[in-house]
Amino acid sequence: MNLLVRVRRPAPRGEAKGGLAARLREPTQVVFLALLGLIAVGWALVSLHGDQFLTMESVVGIQQRSAALGIVAIGQTLAILAGSLDLSVAYLISLASLVAAETMAGQDGNIVPAVAATLAVCALVGLVNGLVITRLHVHAFIATLGVALIIKGIVDHLYDGPAGKVPESFQLLGYSRIGPIPVSAMLWAGVAVVAWFLLSRTRLGYRIHAVGGNVEVARLSGIRTGRVIVITHVLCSVCAGIAGLLLAGRLGAGAPTVGTDGGYDLESIAAVVLGGTALAGGKGGVAGTVGGVLLLAVLDTIFNQLEVNSFAKDVVRGVVIVTAVAVYARRGTRRSV
Amino acid sequence: MKQALPILAVLAVLLAAIAVANPFFLEPAGFLAFLKRAAPLVILAAGQYFVIVSGEFDLSVGSLVTAEVVIAARLIDGDESATWPVLALLLVIGLFVGLVNGVVTTKLRVPSFIVTLGMLLVLSGAVFLWTGGAPRGALSESFRTFGRGGIGPLPWSVLILLAVGAAVIVLMRADFGKTLIATGDNERAAALSGVRVDRARIVAFMLSGLAAAVAAILLGGFAGVSAQAGQGLEFSAITAVVLGGVVLGGGRGSVPAAMAGAFTLEALFTLLNLYGISGALEFTVQGVIIIAAVAAGAIRLPRKFTPRRGDAHAAS
Amino acid sequence: MQRHKAAAAAFAALVLAGCTTDKPAATTQPAAPAASAQESGTEAQDSGTGAQSKFFVQADFDAQLAMRSQTPEGPADKPWEQAIAPKMIDTATYKKEGPYHLCFSNAAVNNPWRQVGWKTMQAEVGLHKEIGKFTALDAEGKDDKQISDIAELQVKGCDALIVSPNTTATLTPAVTAACGEVPVIVFDRGVETDCPVTFIKPIGGYAFGADAAEFLVEKVPAGGKVLALRILPGVDVLETRWSAAKVVFDRSGLQVVGVEFTDGDAAKTKSIVSDYIQRHGKIDGVWMDSGATAVAAIEAFEDAGVPVPPINGEDQQDFLQKWKDSNLTAVAPTYPTYQWRTPIIAALKILKGEEVPETWNLPQPKVTSENLSTYLKPNMPPLHYALCGCEDLPGFPEAWGGKKG
Repeated sequence: MNLLVRVRRPAPRGEAKGGLAARLREPTQVVFLALLGLIAVGWALVSLHGDQFLTMESVVGIQQRSAALGIVAIGQTLAILAGSLDLSVAYLISLASLVAAETMAGQDGNIVPAVAATLAVCALVGLVNGLVITRLHVHAFIATLGVALIIKGIVDHLYDGPAGKVPESFQLLGYSRIGPIPVSAMLWAGVAVVAWFLLSRTRLGYRIHAVGGNVEVARLSGIRTGRVIVITHVLCSVCAGIAGLLLAGRLGAGAPTVGTDGGYDLESIAAVVLGGTALAGGKGGVAGTVGGVLLLAVLDTIFNQLEVNSFAKDVVRGVVIVTAVAVYARRGTRRSV
Repeated sequence: MKQALPILAVLAVLLAAIAVANPFFLEPAGFLAFLKRAAPLVILAAGQYFVIVSGEFDLSVGSLVTAEVVIAARLIDGDESATWPVLALLLVIGLFVGLVNGVVTTKLRVPSFIVTLGMLLVLSGAVFLWTGGAPRGALSESFRTFGRGGIGPLPWSVLILLAVGAAVIVLMRADFGKTLIATGDNERAAALSGVRVDRARIVAFMLSGLAAAVAAILLGGFAGVSAQAGQGLEFSAITAVVLGGVVLGGGRGSVPAAMAGAFTLEALFTLLNLYGISGALEFTVQGVIIIAAVAAGAIRLPRKFTPRRGDAHAAS
Repeated sequence: MQRHKAAAAAFAALVLAGCTTDKPAATTQPAAPAASAQESGTEAQDSGTGAQSKFFVQADFDAQLAMRSQTPEGPADKPWEQAIAPKMIDTATYKKEGPYHLCFSNAAVNNPWRQVGWKTMQAEVGLHKEIGKFTALDAEGKDDKQISDIAELQVKGCDALIVSPNTTATLTPAVTAACGEVPVIVFDRGVETDCPVTFIKPIGGYAFGADAAEFLVEKVPAGGKVLALRILPGVDVLETRWSAAKVVFDRSGLQVVGVEFTDGDAAKTKSIVSDYIQRHGKIDGVWMDSGATAVAAIEAFEDAGVPVPPINGEDQQDFLQKWKDSNLTAVAPTYPTYQWRTPIIAALKILKGEEVPETWNLPQPKVTSENLSTYLKPNMPPLHYALCGCEDLPGFPEAWGGKKG
């Protein structure tokens, strides 16, 4: 299945067609190899510590812990591939969880309207992000930082603590599992598959890669670059909305700080680049991001098992992220800003 | 100086609005108090300017400020005689952190956003790992003088700010400044015309680290030891620089404008506070103003002023 | 196509293998605090304190204020073992033989208060040989991570689970689930279920806020201008402090000239206080909802060259030191960090089948100028909390960042 994808991948990824050796040079493979290596190291360390590493519970834990970040990171991948980025996702997640829980108000009948309302609000925020960037020519960093501040102000003004109530049936989204696979992880996988399909099988996916690769060339070849960037931002915000719904299901309520406490803005960007997507856009994909998120989650699980102090965790995380990107840069030829 | 005009106009309006609400602001003491408060952010913005105009980001300055304050407190530990050696050490640490950021960015070719994000994590983790989770020790009185005291009515921080301002303007007028702008404007063209691009960028990061060290000395002096002395300053500094019309991506904008941007941001905070905008909505207003200011700059600037090289580049 | 079929079959097998949910059964949640909040202080709306917080619950307020004057039961020299008006419950069902494996889900260690408490708890664990293993997970301030942490701890073979919840409402389902597996001990913040065996807390935020406000009402002349400084809106434990102070100020003749948020940032605090001194000429009293930035507020008065008015801080080292050095008119209500010792003691009592209070209300002393010298220990770091109850623990003072001397 994987091979099929490679061949059909749009043009910018020409180097991926080679044999095994060539494929190993790709960040996506590197990140999954690193993931395997990390699991092995983690298993050894945790065994030395006198614990079992990959128990059923820790496998479920890894998935539960990474589902929300995973979904946000998929959206972030789309924005970054198009050469943009979104710093507003953390606040948007908080807003989404509040909109969802407030609309549901504990009633099963309100679930559908609540989901619709949440995704609509998020799509609107994404539209604003996209339009500010493309129409007002504001750099994505500042545009989404500004929108983040706007959302923060509104959320803090309206809410001073968890609000709303998510009905029991919707909370199942956050807690149920089939065997070792939680529903939240399946949701994440679903989002990933849709995004993968979008990027590799549709014209839009091709355009996203093209715009991220070189805006001028894309424009000259007849792509409406502005529209592509707006669409990626809408999709990125919708992903943040899905993550917000998932978190609302897990917390049983909406929480005005759930997004920022989770650090979803910078952490999702870190996961994307850890997965080999170039921050400058144009290069990378969803599979790498999934690997990046899993890598962070496994790292977290090892730290948890070994009871590592949270300050040491930050140091290791920082070093891992920079090292990974340095390794990818060694393999690439041109430097990206 | 021309590039600083729009932001100076905005700043003038804000300052006038502050003066209307608080007449004390017009007296020397009131205005000096404002300058003193703004000094750390203005200095950080000057440092961030070098990095941004060379086409990079520095997200590590906030945690660098916190780390410097915590390091100073632990090393000085209330001992007056340790003040000067520690001050020197802080500046060296700032330069060193900048050097690492710069070398990893240029030689290992990691995007600066990621390098400095990693540095942010490493610094904030390492410094608290070293002190066991919370700051220890205490700053000496002579250390605190720089942020707290002054010569007669003139606060030290205002004098330091003036010195830093003069130094950066001189630096940007010198060859280094031209090199840096050329690097940010078009890396390849600069390299072909003999500019040592990597070295210019590394120096820019080192200047940003140095600025963070100076800001930390002023902030630690002003308010004492705190575990969150630098919290959020990286975003404030970048916002200030961008408000000053400096373009993310490099090659355009002047350092006086960046510093004026920092003053504007500080004036905006003061004004929102004075007019009693609800604590929370302050952020919303701030967000709207930042987007509006940058959008206004992006739309009007290229038409209003004679196009410079790099305009086409930046408009894309 | 083969692959698709195989995948579908595998999926179906998985579904058949067992649809499981880790979600706890429905719990009846008590009415939201807002519903029982009462209008309070309506008689003095113009005192400048604004509208009452929706977190305010009159009954809790009255109960906490009453508790301040009650004599706690237990050894007077060990306040962390004392309880105010305890209603003891039987724990014979949890009795088992040691050694014990205790587990702890910590909300975060991201501020000096939690750092001091966490070190104190670890030292307390070291005192008890019957604790064979102590597993602690740090949720880093993330609700979602704490939910996973609690689930993970349930299967680690813990004999008792201690939880310090990151937030109240959102951690309730996770704690409810854990209650079915192991005896649960909750401290600091509560949860909206009474399934934990015991809930340990100092008297609470209302008592804190009222202690500080009553001091100002006593020391500041009638009509005096008071500035109230708060960290953030919307944090339950901080809201109760301010809402109690509001009730006290509304009844008094004091004028609250401003209620400002400092984000816990020393520089911002100093700037705000300087602005108020400038604008009003004179501030006669400062109320704070936490002591972390009290010294910055005091310095603002010093730098302006005016005397420091009556002020409250907390039991933080730098504030107590400043208080003594500058001979301030001050008071320091506390939220004692010695409460981190109690959960370990409670867990062992439960596992030994001894009675524990259903709600373990710890005494919450306040530092006054009379007892300041007993609380102020030299050579501790500036952000140390004096009421750590850690002076008799092994490793003191070095483990808490202090120096012998």
